[in-house]
Amino acid sequence: MTQKMHIKLTVNGEDREFLAEPRELLIYALRETLNITGPHVGCETSHCGACTITLNGKSVKSCTMFVAQANGAEITTIEGLGSPDSLHVLQEAFKEHHGLQCGFCTPGMITRASKLLEENPTPTEEEVRFGMAGNICRCTGYQNIVKSILAAANELNASKEAAQ
Amino acid sequence: MIPAAFEYHRPTNMDDVIALLTKHGDDARVMAGGHSLIPMMKLRMAEIPHLIDLQDIGGLQDITIHGQRVTLGAMVTQHELINHAALTEVAPILRETALQIADPQVRYMGTVGGNVANGDPGNDMPGLMQCLDAQINLAGPNGARSVAARDYYEAAYMTAREDDEVLVSVSFDSPKSGYAYEKQKRKIGDYATAAAAVTLTKDGGTVASASIAMTNLSDVPVWSEGAGAALIGTRCDADALKAAVEAMLGDIDPTEDNRGPVAFKRHVAGVILKRAITRAWDRA
Amino acid sequence: MNDMTPDRETRSANLKGLGCSRKRVEDARFTQGKGNYVDDIKLPGMLHGDFVRSPYAHARVVSINKDAALALPGVVAVLTAEDLAPLNLHWMPTLAGDKQMVLADGKVLFQGQEVAFVVAKDRYVAADAVELVEVEYEELPVIVDPFEALKTDVVLREDLAGQTHGAHGPRKHHNHIFTWEQGDETTTNQVLENADVVAEETMYYHRTHPCPLETCGSVASMDKVNGKLTLWGTFQAPHVVRTVASLLSGIEEHNIRVVSPDIGGGFGNKVGVYPGYVCSIVASIVTGVPVKWVEDRMENLMSTAFARDYWMTGKIAATKEGKITGLHCHVTADHGGFDACADPTKFPAGFMNICTGSYDIPVAYLAVDGVYTNKAPGGVSYRCSFRVTEAVYFIERMIEVLAIELNMDAAELRRINFIKKEQFPYQSALGWEYDSGDYHTAWDKALKAVDYEGLRREQAERVEAFKRGETRTLMGIGLSFFTEIVGAGPVKNCDILGMGMFDSCEIRIHPTGSAIARLGTISQGQGHATTFAQILASEIGLSADSITIEEGDTDTAPYGLGTYGSRSTPVAGAATAMAGRKIRAKAQMIAAYLLEVHDDDVEWDIDRFVVKGAPERFKTMKEIAYAAYNQAIPGIEPGLEAVSYYDPPNMTYPFGAYVCVMDIDVDTGVPEIRRFYALDDCGTRINPMIIEGQIHGGLTEALAVALGQEIAYDDLGNVKTGTLMDFFLPTAWEVPNYETDFTVTPSPHHPIGAKGVGESPHVGGVPCFSNAVQDAFRAFGNRHTNMPHDHWRIWQTANRLGLHD
Repeated sequence: MTQKMHIKLTVNGEDREFLAEPRELLIYALRETLNITGPHVGCETSHCGACTITLNGKSVKSCTMFVAQANGAEITTIEGLGSPDSLHVLQEAFKEHHGLQCGFCTPGMITRASKLLEENPTPTEEEVRFGMAGNICRCTGYQNIVKSILAAANELNASKEAAQ
Repeated sequence: MIPAAFEYHRPTNMDDVIALLTKHGDDARVMAGGHSLIPMMKLRMAEIPHLIDLQDIGGLQDITIHGQRVTLGAMVTQHELINHAALTEVAPILRETALQIADPQVRYMGTVGGNVANGDPGNDMPGLMQCLDAQINLAGPNGARSVAARDYYEAAYMTAREDDEVLVSVSFDSPKSGYAYEKQKRKIGDYATAAAAVTLTKDGGTVASASIAMTNLSDVPVWSEGAGAALIGTRCDADALKAAVEAMLGDIDPTEDNRGPVAFKRHVAGVILKRAITRAWDRA
Repeated sequence: MNDMTPDRETRSANLKGLGCSRKRVEDARFTQGKGNYVDDIKLPGMLHGDFVRSPYAHARVVSINKDAALALPGVVAVLTAEDLAPLNLHWMPTLAGDKQMVLADGKVLFQGQEVAFVVAKDRYVAADAVELVEVEYEELPVIVDPFEALKTDVVLREDLAGQTHGAHGPRKHHNHIFTWEQGDETTTNQVLENADVVAEETMYYHRTHPCPLETCGSVASMDKVNGKLTLWGTFQAPHVVRTVASLLSGIEEHNIRVVSPDIGGGFGNKVGVYPGYVCSIVASIVTGVPVKWVEDRMENLMSTAFARDYWMTGKIAATKEGKITGLHCHVTADHGGFDACADPTKFPAGFMNICTGSYDIPVAYLAVDGVYTNKAPGGVSYRCSFRVTEAVYFIERMIEVLAIELNMDAAELRRINFIKKEQFPYQSALGWEYDSGDYHTAWDKALKAVDYEGLRREQAERVEAFKRGETRTLMGIGLSFFTEIVGAGPVKNCDILGMGMFDSCEIRIHPTGSAIARLGTISQGQGHATTFAQILASEIGLSADSITIEEGDTDTAPYGLGTYGSRSTPVAGAATAMAGRKIRAKAQMIAAYLLEVHDDDVEWDIDRFVVKGAPERFKTMKEIAYAAYNQAIPGIEPGLEAVSYYDPPNMTYPFGAYVCVMDIDVDTGVPEIRRFYALDDCGTRINPMIIEGQIHGGLTEALAVALGQEIAYDDLGNVKTGTLMDFFLPTAWEVPNYETDFTVTPSPHHPIGAKGVGESPHVGGVPCFSNAVQDAFRAFGNRHTNMPHDHWRIWQTANRLGLHD
């Protein structure tokens, strides 16, 4: 075993410090050390996106990143997107449009979608499908996921307009 | 899927990287985005006692455009290639290619250096770099040197880069011309069944110059000089396409895998190349 | 009625009962990352287990040396078959009447087989220790072809030496498992001999895998102080797991608590009992602390629960006019190294005998031969009732082949052979009684919706254009009409390890008029907490929002056989309705007492009992619930609870009509789905939103299986498709939008007329996608090509037909 490193992360706005072996995968550090169990482990080879988080402004598959690499990073997970009293627009939209079934892909899916809408607030259906292609869902066939994301985009844009 | 333990290094300058590589020899590897290396480590197909993370090395993240000369730092990600307006202006084939690599999350992490450096025959950038006649710029204990992309790849995972050298950037002249990167794959996230990078210039009504490279159809990317030559002086008509495909087929050497048998791959390589040439011609 | 009372329509809507697209109650936790899956469970002192697996498909295990692994700091134990043997846990019974090694006992029979179980302080040390266990193997000849298996001298299962009888009758060869015969062979053969036309075809339904996004896993915690074992895991049938765990371990069943937490998709993968579950239990018993085992994706694809792998040969007889007169089917079924198929005990080939499909076929014969090979065990129903996808694929391909033989339109051929509405209940030639159906109406609606005639015209034009060299794209029109058989099932013929396949519901109404209902099933994404509350809301007149549904904890839920084979709605849904009716029956007596009338003088009205002829006199269910707890009512026990164990009188038979339009690039083999229309008839519709979602998902899994998803082996038994790079799970980019439609033909025997829907789209979808590919090449002489229709295989078909230069 190699020596443990001192790791500092900002996760969902909170500073977290802990010791970890450099080889620990970021997903396990989040889930097991920090008890942030929203992101899941699906494929382990960076194909399914169940482990998607936002790291320093990028959508990242946290199963394919060592905790050592993430040292110093700012991370947002599904837990940081909304609160029970004030859900993120995407969380509402997924509920409203039946954008999930077993729920296992959902945290990664919503986290990725939040970044997608940040970068492209008015996506077409094709852009949503292309932008979400790093996240696999086995239950929904994606139709309602796409619908949810497009609805959330509309909702976000409507509230932006209202604010102006 | 748990990797073996390693020691982690995150140096802040290239000299330290080289020093670590020199010190640990075969036991050390540099890592950019990690999206090729980490899966291999998790499958324990690669054991790396000393992992050198390049993320804090300055100057590797830049996209520089001086006149016609484009230089991409090793740590430039595919996501950045896609979203860099000035680069797309001078070399739109980079964006077209990058969009066909992996998936959005992987493109945020996947880098030019990681894609080009290691000689993974599945990667898309090596073929593109050969098509563009890029220079691969290396730093090592004996200073900097450049190798032409067309001379860089020796065999699968075997390149002209020495173990104690680091790929720092690639540079090429902006292809002021028609271009296309055409790729057939089974799904998003897959390597190419066959892919073709084409650039060409037009003079009057005919092809003045052309460069063609193929991806994942041999253990190295294949720059097909003959295929490009076959187009010169033609209007990219059916005969010219046929000649280019024939020349290309003489240069590739695909192997059977889950994407299909050799005969299929050779056929698709031809189809894909024709489509790429046609698109490049239309854009020229 | 006073002015404050809402009208009937409002009262009915307030219930959020049957037929409304109620939003899912599960989604709050899932969208906020607060689901609780097995890998989320973390207990104090918990250890991690990891397997040493065989790199060989067939080998003798000469020796296992665990010294180096045990010497690694943090390693607590390394278990091998030798360690399990004294507990008699080195082998376990399978659901199919066979037995399976928990850890390699002398030899290994497939690549990835469990050889040793390492227990360590965390997953990192466990993984390191796996590398340090030294296993010496002596390679044996590998048999991956079931036909070869039946000829070779190589004995795969030495433990069965000399056993000429298995769980399902005589064995013909040392690698043969069973022959299962249904129907009338003699008459079928006579019909075939004398028929105007006989179409014959052999087709391979390739091996694949359910591959839910969450892999399998368990956490076992043996509390030695109290003698109690708690087991959390990815179990589609937690109660059965408890019974099996008790029988295997000797721990009395009341001392075992099995919990299925949230399950990240099942699709059949989580029906079986796997060595990992057993090893986590043993390891916890040995160490006295909790032990977690969660497989990784490669292990999932290599070792837990393949599906399909059927070689099917059919002969279908018909008159010149296309009336089918008989059907003959023989299957060679590759079961891998152990027969671990998850079927009701008396059905070693599941419900393959539904293979006469939706057609009125007077006589038929089916024989299935099960065979051992050096592949992983499993044989689960991947998003289908037992072997129904195989059966429906078989008949829907045979119909297409017959249409070619007769030079007929395949839609018309189906139409003239459908079982007619008035023939239901219909006795099939292979022994089933179809409960209800109206196939012609559904078919006509589907064909009209897609303008079938117009599509065929367009296709003919495309063929001509192709021949003229104007296009390199062909157009395929995929048809399928399926009849499923779900809701296993009647206890008289359906059991798993002797447990009858009833299901159950227990309801408690609380004093304030809310309720909890517990069932013997377990949702894996189907939304039971939403839909079962809707069934109950309509039965007992309390809003679905006031009803909690709970499943999956064997300490609290009534015994049930779990969720797979679309059985939850047909069986547990029926139990829910029946338990609700018991509640209502007692509520009627309470209401009558409160209203001071005779029981027969009140009648049910949405959410209340009203005095007949005096609608202003009523007691709502809420009022009745309160009274049940706060009033002494002569002759009636306090409280308001009910339990129902429902033994269904029959299966249910959902059906549907699907049409797929596909454009195929002949040069690259790339198919593009232009349109997919799906009409489903699942009887009474509980929640249309959820039904639609199930259909989208099932169709997408069908697309995957038809167009590329397979577990492929090389000649040495190496798995070639071990990661999601090669095992095809489509992304949003590869999947089309689907058009859904429906008809409603209720089940006559189900309390609310519901039939089940979750698996229909997969069952009907696979042949529809496949038929679309095959139909594109029909004009050029294609008769049949095997799935999966990935690019190279489609290209190969075009090449075989001479469509390339």
